Amino acid sequence: MADLTSDFLGIKSPNPFWLASAPPTDKEYNVVRAFKAGWGGVVWKTLGEAGPPVVNVNGPRYGAIWGADRRLLGLNNIELITDRPLEVNLREIKQVKRDWPDRAMIVSIMVPCEEAAWKAILPLVEETGADGIELNFGCPHGMSERGMGSAVGQVPEYIEMVARWCKQNTRMPVIVKLTPNITDIRYPARAARRGGADAVSLINTISSITSVNLETFSPEPSIDGKGSHGGYCGPAVKPIALNMVAEIARDAETRGMPISGIGGVTTWRDAAEFLALGAGNVQVCTAAMTYGFKIVEEMKSGLSQYLDGHGMSLSDLIGRAVPNVTDWQYLNLNYVTKARIDQDACIKCGRCYAACEDTSHQAISMSPDRVFEVMDDECVACNLCVNVCPVEGCITMEEMPAGAMDPRTGKPVDPAYANWTTHPNNPATIKAAE
Amino acid sequence: MTNSPFTPGIAPARLDAQTLASNFADLHGPLDAHEALVAADRCYFCHDAPCITACPTSIDIPLFIRQIATGTPEAAAKTIFDQNILGGMCARVCPTETLCEEACVREAAEGKPVEIGRLQRYATDTLMAAGVHPYVRAAATGKRVAVVGAGPAGLACAHRLAMQGHDITIFDARPKGGGLNEYGIAYYKAVGGFAGSEVDWLLKIGGITMETGKALGRDITLDGLRDDFDAVFLGMGLAGVNALSAEGEARAGVSDAVGFISDLRQASDLTTLPVGRNVVVIGGGMTAIDAAVQSKLLGAENVTILYRRGRDAMPASRYEQDLAASKGVRFVFDAMPVAILGNGAVTGVRVEYTRSEGKSLVGTGETFEIPADQVLKAIGQALQGAPGGLEITGGKIAVSDVGRTSLPGVWAGGDCAAGGEDLTVTAVAEGRDAAMDIHAALTHGIP
Repeated sequence: MADLTSDFLGIKSPNPFWLASAPPTDKEYNVVRAFKAGWGGVVWKTLGEAGPPVVNVNGPRYGAIWGADRRLLGLNNIELITDRPLEVNLREIKQVKRDWPDRAMIVSIMVPCEEAAWKAILPLVEETGADGIELNFGCPHGMSERGMGSAVGQVPEYIEMVARWCKQNTRMPVIVKLTPNITDIRYPARAARRGGADAVSLINTISSITSVNLETFSPEPSIDGKGSHGGYCGPAVKPIALNMVAEIARDAETRGMPISGIGGVTTWRDAAEFLALGAGNVQVCTAAMTYGFKIVEEMKSGLSQYLDGHGMSLSDLIGRAVPNVTDWQYLNLNYVTKARIDQDACIKCGRCYAACEDTSHQAISMSPDRVFEVMDDECVACNLCVNVCPVEGCITMEEMPAGAMDPRTGKPVDPAYANWTTHPNNPATIKAAE
Repeated sequence: MTNSPFTPGIAPARLDAQTLASNFADLHGPLDAHEALVAADRCYFCHDAPCITACPTSIDIPLFIRQIATGTPEAAAKTIFDQNILGGMCARVCPTETLCEEACVREAAEGKPVEIGRLQRYATDTLMAAGVHPYVRAAATGKRVAVVGAGPAGLACAHRLAMQGHDITIFDARPKGGGLNEYGIAYYKAVGGFAGSEVDWLLKIGGITMETGKALGRDITLDGLRDDFDAVFLGMGLAGVNALSAEGEARAGVSDAVGFISDLRQASDLTTLPVGRNVVVIGGGMTAIDAAVQSKLLGAENVTILYRRGRDAMPASRYEQDLAASKGVRFVFDAMPVAILGNGAVTGVRVEYTRSEGKSLVGTGETFEIPADQVLKAIGQALQGAPGGLEITGGKIAVSDVGRTSLPGVWAGGDCAAGGEDLTVTAVAEGRDAAMDIHAALTHGIP
């Protein structure tokens, strides 16, 4: 079994699987169950300032979209930060950290954008013995209307300012949780770094309406016939999250800053992908809310098996794919592939044909007896046939060797790497005077 | 319960009423809404889908399954009925394992096809349960068409013609419409009086008059119909039953399987139906399977199907064979009856093994006896009493690919017509296509 022990900002946990700040981490009861189930750490559900706690709606808080067999693909929520009194949360955090000293205990915080408010709460949290804090600059619903959450996360200057306040007022490591509801994730990440934050965590949820009731014309979840945008999460958001993590991991100004990866982590494989793209650990919520805490067993065994199978340690995996993330302009334009259909594996559904014929490049032929073949002189290797084929591995992309004739272009495959920056069609290419 | 499976001879009430009710309940119960969504989601929405090609009525199966998957089973039903107005019954009785589901690419991929038949039933049941008839007639044409036989071919023909605005009179020899759907399908495949309610639903199109108890050659004649109507469609099925070539066929306890099945379908109380302790069914088609399985379900102790050729040659599909085997029916292949034994009533069947010799089948000389107090013959039906003047080929009415017979103004389809398998779904296709040709002829004159 591979050693899954995680060290994130000096915070040790028996594995890199933390529960994200969310309903599963709102109170001692849930968190203790999570630790018993084997989770490496938690980010306690966001605390607000002292005084009367926030209130939640009394109707449905979640909306969802489903795939086959009602498999939950995406969840959205309009729940606010903890609606329990601050002192109760602090007492429970202290108790749980005392009872589970080997687990990571991070406390999420969201208070108004005033230094006094942060100065007031930070010592209270520090007193619990928590390992670190996470600044909730991400929630896109409700609290953002009050100038908190994503309202802060969408203004890099505020991020920098609040991060600095926190670093100046606590010994605890500071993680800034970023909202994806922004055009370029690198700007808030850079601001966090400038403010002295120790790490960023992302993504928080995405502003969303999951569905509209076509009888009542209310968005879902419906509160007395009205709906409000919620925060979207779950498997559906993973590709967005992966890209944002990678962008930060490879940005010149934020490279090397620890990242806690969040967004649709459902299996060990999802987690491994986040780690490969530069996340030092992952946070999970929707998968646990869908299946319960036991899923961490699969995550641990799967990641362990993968690491053992590849002779890697956890730290070997972290960031391993980052060097392979590049800009489009640097992709090798001399890399030529063609789709190949394995006729033995083909079940003759014809989806590749329909996709190619109707929507792409007319590069697949269909015989009267339903044999589907790729026409290399038309195939641009778009990969759509691979993606729509229901049989995994039936259609693959085969690289054409250097020197081979590409029947589509009528030119031999050039062995040299060449990208858009030097391509003659690029108007920005500077040609020598002739 | 007065009797048991061990009661000698032919006797009713071998099983109690509750057991019989359970035995004859819906063979494949309906899918519920969630099951239907899960089943529908397995469809790959194939391009130019093989299942459509395999369907004799060319139902757009991927489309109707997608309509189910998107929560509009009523639209799915319309897609089905557009091609096959008896889609409800076909969903229950089609040998899907040799048609659409055999062609399903998931059958090729994993041996588990999309459950097309059950999904079709889900869609059609949904629409029919709403009591909606989704078609309206075109403006009246004043043309009148006689349809002989209220089975699948006749009903499909009549409905399609009524849609075009023609007035139809259906004549059927039996007291109820539906044909083999009403009289010839295994009880557990169409429970709850489905055949009858399907006919009632179909007739909601309007413009169709049903005259039951009118047999061709007895109460009506083809010449008379040709005089009285603008066109005639013959879809009266196969009323004759083939005879055994074994001695002793006349012994008490020997009967036709079709009659046995018909009695069962029409029975109001299953405990009154007599069945033998030892039943031998002779034949290899669906009628043989249905008779054998139902004998077993009625409480027969031993039921044997005797088929003169091997398993692979059996017209009944492997799926149906396995169904029968699962109910406890025993198969004896490559064997033919040579004598029905007994003294008055049947006591057994003497059987001789067979082997192929060229194109013919010959006895090997080795014989054995199977005890029997009931013998059901299921060796095929034949056209009976076809009106003179019709060209006959292979024992059936010769027709063109759109059902035209050798007589002007007379079309035929279903089991009584040559060509195609003797399946409900084939009969529907033939009736429908003949209707469109009749419509063209009535509208534009016969070319």
